[in-house]
Amino acid sequence: MTTETIGRTLPASRSTAYGWKRVKPLLIHGALAAAALVMLYPVIWMVVSSLRPGDEIFREPGILIRDLQISNYRVGWNALTEPFTRYLLNSAAVVFGAILGNLVSCSMAAYAFARLEFAGKKFWFAIMLVTIMLPIHVVIVPQYILFSQAGWINTFLPLVVPKLLATDAFFVFLMVQFIRGIPRELDEAARIDGCSKTGIFLRVILPLMVPALATTTIFTFIWTWNDFFSQLIYLTDPKMYTVPVALRSFVDATASTNWGSMFAMSVVSLVPVFLAFLLGQRFLVKGIATTGIK
Amino acid sequence: MSALSELGTLRRKKPPGHKRGPGGGAGKKATKDNLAAYLFLTPWLIGLFVITIGPMLASLYLAFTDYNLIQAPEWIGLENFTRMLSDERLHNSLRVTFTYVLVSVPLQLALALLLAVVLDRGVRGMAFYRSIFYLPSLLGSSVAIAILWKQVFGTEGLLNQLLAQVGIEGKGWISDPSTALGTLVALNVWTFGAPMVIFLAGLRQIPAMYYEAAAVDGAGSWRRFRSITLPMLTPIIFFNLVLQIIHAFQSFTQAFVVSGGTGGPSDSTMFYTLYLYDRGFGNFDMGYASAMAWFLLVIIAVLTAANFVASKYWVFYDD
Repeated sequence: MTTETIGRTLPASRSTAYGWKRVKPLLIHGALAAAALVMLYPVIWMVVSSLRPGDEIFREPGILIRDLQISNYRVGWNALTEPFTRYLLNSAAVVFGAILGNLVSCSMAAYAFARLEFAGKKFWFAIMLVTIMLPIHVVIVPQYILFSQAGWINTFLPLVVPKLLATDAFFVFLMVQFIRGIPRELDEAARIDGCSKTGIFLRVILPLMVPALATTTIFTFIWTWNDFFSQLIYLTDPKMYTVPVALRSFVDATASTNWGSMFAMSVVSLVPVFLAFLLGQRFLVKGIATTGIK
Repeated sequence: MSALSELGTLRRKKPPGHKRGPGGGAGKKATKDNLAAYLFLTPWLIGLFVITIGPMLASLYLAFTDYNLIQAPEWIGLENFTRMLSDERLHNSLRVTFTYVLVSVPLQLALALLLAVVLDRGVRGMAFYRSIFYLPSLLGSSVAIAILWKQVFGTEGLLNQLLAQVGIEGKGWISDPSTALGTLVALNVWTFGAPMVIFLAGLRQIPAMYYEAAAVDGAGSWRRFRSITLPMLTPIIFFNLVLQIIHAFQSFTQAFVVSGGTGGPSDSTMFYTLYLYDRGFGNFDMGYASAMAWFLLVIIAVLTAANFVASKYWVFYDD
């Protein structure tokens, strides 16, 4: 953006420079388009291959479809012990619980950190920031013991309850950042009108932080949908499998025999992520730009 | 702006706007806030103690025990740690993980920076390219993409099919121990979009007057990049570096799925986390797994601290 301005304020005097100025954007576009194609080609090819006869996966590197068929999807949908619908519903349940949990618990904590004065605020805030960077593996063993003693293995509770307790501190931080940008005068006005702290949170802050809530929703959706490690550990009963765990058991069960249906179900599993990306791009980009975590 | 710089500010100075009156009224107000604040913090505090700190302490204790989930933990002192010293597979997993981190993170960040700089020059359709490049960051951690990778780099995979078109005979990239890790590095580099978006946000904050002054002085575009863009961007580079290192150290899904849960061939993709999973949840050797988990925490903490110390020599703060 800045160099563009410079280009305009300092007109090129030589004709060669002028010619270069016209060619350069074309070259850049060409390079960018090529890079984008190289990056996305495998994914496009997977989608295309899932719509072809199974054996073509190992013969046809192109992305033109001659013989479109959906048999891979029919076969894949019922290839495991449960129909794929079951896994989709399980994943949806986990994702829904996680989103709800994050929205409620993280916004509450964020409001306290951003707007209220209390003893030990700096201390707790620093702790919260550190937990963002804490590797899950450090706590996973005792957590597993805790949840297995509670009888929570093969339930969605180990995946949802922590979210209700704001353990995704990243979102607390994201919301703190956002609330800090809301003018304090609005709180003051509400307070003078007789609003309590809770009233200010519910009637002033929450309605104004909808963009941050949207970012949280989309990120939680995508991360939970993709999450594999904790779902692998806590869900061992095929009836309770979520999509990633089911897909993985697909790899084990079919070895290399049925790539067609494996691709088909992989594509099915990516569709929700892709839709979330399309609908929520604006929030995603803003979210990482302000807090910097993928 | 970021969680990291936030931690820095906490250490350096009090955030502005923290005025507390000396009068009794202010004190009363503070108490009122205390109650409300801790009520709002209750879920987070419960989570902190029950889901995070409690388990951390428990795993610290378990690290000194022999525990298989069935019998009660038995205190064995430092035995888990001495076992780690002589555990060849563990040493191998450290080598694999460090190689993975040290190769893939710089490549990923270099690519992210390059494309951010190009896109920042006001390319038409910038938002479109940004989205395209960002998409893999969202897909990259999924099992589906790991399955795709397994096919693409397989003996009869997409890569070899394409190579065959130009007359090159490929090989089983994943079944060969010398290249298996490389395919995972490629996957991590593929997700450069997230750091790229952070770079783009950083680039937009560099004041245009610097570039204008440099242009008046006759600085070329490479010179402007070297003397303005790069120094001004060092805090963001640092931030991305710390984040991506921590992130890469914890990679699990891709190696697990691509290697079929084994870390093979010949342990060549046996990430530290995979070995930890194998000990803890494959063999229910929970004491050893806890010791490994704490060692992982120490490694990440030391690397992050080293990054912070080193940052004094190359990160430039413009304030």
